[in-house]
Amino acid sequence: MKKISALDDLKKAGDKGWKSLFPGGVKILVGMATSGIASGAGEVYAALAAEIKKRKLPYVLAKTGSMGMDCIEPLVDIIEKDKPRLSYGKMTAGKVPDLIDQIIKGTIDKIKPVYRIDEENLIATRDKNHYTKGNVPEYLKEIPGINEVPFYKKQIKIATRNCGIIDPENMEEYIARGGYLALQKVLTSMTPESVIEDVIKSGLRGRGGGGFPAGVKWQSCRSAHGDIKYVICNGDEGDPGAYMDRSVMEGDPHSVIEGMIIGAYAIGAQEGYIYVRNEYPLAVTNLTKAISDARSRGLLGKNIFGTSFSFDIKISKGAGAFVCGESTALMASLEGKAGEPRAKYIHTVEHGLWDRPSNLNNVETWANVPVVISRGGKWFSEIGVPHSTGTKVFSLVGKINNIGLVEVPMGIPLKDIIYDIGGGIPGGRKFKAVQTGGPSGGCIPAKMMDLSVDFDALREAGSMMGSGGMIVMDEKTCMVDLARYFIEFLVSESCGKCTPCREGVRRMNDILHDICAGRGREGDVEILESMAKGIVDGSLCALGGSAPNPVLSTIKYFREEYDAHIKDKKCPAGVCRALIRYEITAKKCTGCGVCAKKCPTGCISGEKKKAHKINRKKCIKCGICMESCKFDAITVE
Amino acid sequence: MKKATTIEAKVKEIVKKHGRDKSSLIAVLQDIQEEYNYLPKEALLAVGEQMEVPSSRVYEVATFYNTFSLNPRGRYLVEVCAGTACHVQGSFNLMDRLKRDLEIECGETTKDNMFTLEEVRCLGCCSLAPVVRIGGNIHPYLTQDEIPRILRNYRKQG
Repeated sequence: MKKISALDDLKKAGDKGWKSLFPGGVKILVGMATSGIASGAGEVYAALAAEIKKRKLPYVLAKTGSMGMDCIEPLVDIIEKDKPRLSYGKMTAGKVPDLIDQIIKGTIDKIKPVYRIDEENLIATRDKNHYTKGNVPEYLKEIPGINEVPFYKKQIKIATRNCGIIDPENMEEYIARGGYLALQKVLTSMTPESVIEDVIKSGLRGRGGGGFPAGVKWQSCRSAHGDIKYVICNGDEGDPGAYMDRSVMEGDPHSVIEGMIIGAYAIGAQEGYIYVRNEYPLAVTNLTKAISDARSRGLLGKNIFGTSFSFDIKISKGAGAFVCGESTALMASLEGKAGEPRAKYIHTVEHGLWDRPSNLNNVETWANVPVVISRGGKWFSEIGVPHSTGTKVFSLVGKINNIGLVEVPMGIPLKDIIYDIGGGIPGGRKFKAVQTGGPSGGCIPAKMMDLSVDFDALREAGSMMGSGGMIVMDEKTCMVDLARYFIEFLVSESCGKCTPCREGVRRMNDILHDICAGRGREGDVEILESMAKGIVDGSLCALGGSAPNPVLSTIKYFREEYDAHIKDKKCPAGVCRALIRYEITAKKCTGCGVCAKKCPTGCISGEKKKAHKINRKKCIKCGICMESCKFDAITVE
Repeated sequence: MKKATTIEAKVKEIVKKHGRDKSSLIAVLQDIQEEYNYLPKEALLAVGEQMEVPSSRVYEVATFYNTFSLNPRGRYLVEVCAGTACHVQGSFNLMDRLKRDLEIECGETTKDNMFTLEEVRCLGCCSLAPVVRIGGNIHPYLTQDEIPRILRNYRKQG
């Protein structure tokens, strides 16, 4: 393969990529990220391939990542010359013949697209790509444009700019959308110092949770003594309920690689590592292919872009340890050791991997870098709010209508994310709280919905930005159980090196278990609070230092739920098994017998067409009766 | 003893692929686990010998990380996602149902060696919660109700 060594080569590769993105004629794109595949995109893809073959159609069929709106997957996009791009949600193999009919006839009478895209921003080059020449065909006018869809309206895509648009296995498509232009600019016209200056000016803060200014970190690593330096990408996305980095690694691996090469040049590093979670096999596959493609085109390896700068990247697979998301633990793991963190007073920018200066940033941070360089630090700093610039990707999940990945400008009010983008809570239930920051974060109650979503405001509210998980909870979520859940998680993930975290978190777990089991005693909450202080003050690393956050924030905002568990022995949300019981409302029960049939212990009995009863002695409180009752006759109290 | 020599040969092959540098230890163990579905004792000893790493360190790494298992696993690994999104959607009920239906505890393998039940910390499919991954296939929006049929299908496939 010909090496890319000048701007002209890059342009040629980009032109090829553009032809692959828009081949003319009909192109069908299937969203094949992990979540797409799990919802059946593989079968849809196979059905499309078979149908195209059967009818001998000259269509191009391709794969892409996820655009974010995971609740409508599997997603199929149709791109036709001079027509808006159409996105069809919840596709099945069965709908494929109808879809093909529609394309041939130029109608949308059988299956309606969810939205249409008339134009898209090429954020890295400030261009726009127009699908139509301004005229939308009459029959497509009833379909909302993507910018009218509430889910997308308030989003700005920088880190996820290419996800769901390009084929992640095709480097030329990445280049066609402005990829590797920033690298070219850096290597041919910028000094390492001016790159760092621009990143500092952008205000870009680490997206992995800590929020440390990226440019400042790069500066310290550059100034550190030593000939050999490393850049590391943290792709060990361990926070349960978060999958932003998975989506970027799967859907746009080159953005991470380009960011790392730029970082390496600025810092003076020769080698890089991407540490990916073992649970993300597709991310590993796509990154491996991307690295090998970049290498074969001369964008990794010796003399990149024909300059004297050389740099290469290796992938390292994690082995399932949450603590390895912590930078020093991650570096220990890269060295082939158990992932135990070390004290923070030795800085990794000076003594990191193999005791050499190392600069670690997470996936989303690296993916932002090429755009920061292309558009300039000043442009980036104008998005968001002062001290929290740019955008942040969140995984909006839990009890919310529009589940998916969203990228929003920093400082957006929390209620805009929950109600506008997320579309509110399903089933007309009451919104209770949103959990951010994973096990290190906390819960923000409904009454604080006007909160600005940025690093500092979230911390003040007792939570944190974290890596970007946003788990929405309604009235059926028990906050004590949630605190117990996180603490239990941390008990099993604590590496065991320091006592406050190993023993302290375990004792907090015991107390929370007791409270949930109805054995709570007055004064337990106060004990939890004082233990939390000890753990925060005494722990070695951030895992222990932030471990009590989920407990403290739920005590702060939902003290009454703790009291209900301890004093009244009741779980108001109906979750904690020891404190609840299922009841059949005789008036509503039609005696259909569905619950009795489904009950795994056979504890429900009654005559046909007459109200049934639950034998409490045999009931294991699995809740399947309530789930299966169509008449709302079963309640939990 | 024949089995031990074949394990040794396999380990040799894997160590050769990754190199004997100590930093490759985790990758070597991952490949061994992929081959045998768990980490056999003989393999761990062979790794120590061939990579010149004390067996105690091999054991430390093998027991520190969640993905490694020192016990043989069943044909299908049943992983219940315990991520936050899955938890608030009631994944604990799925775990209980699987324990009852498979008649094993979490971490155990069924007598017929078909299923090993484990909990996994977030598969990153939060939009499909609650999910269970069986033999690498993700089952989205799973309800307790569907579990018997799904298990039956895997049993049928053998």
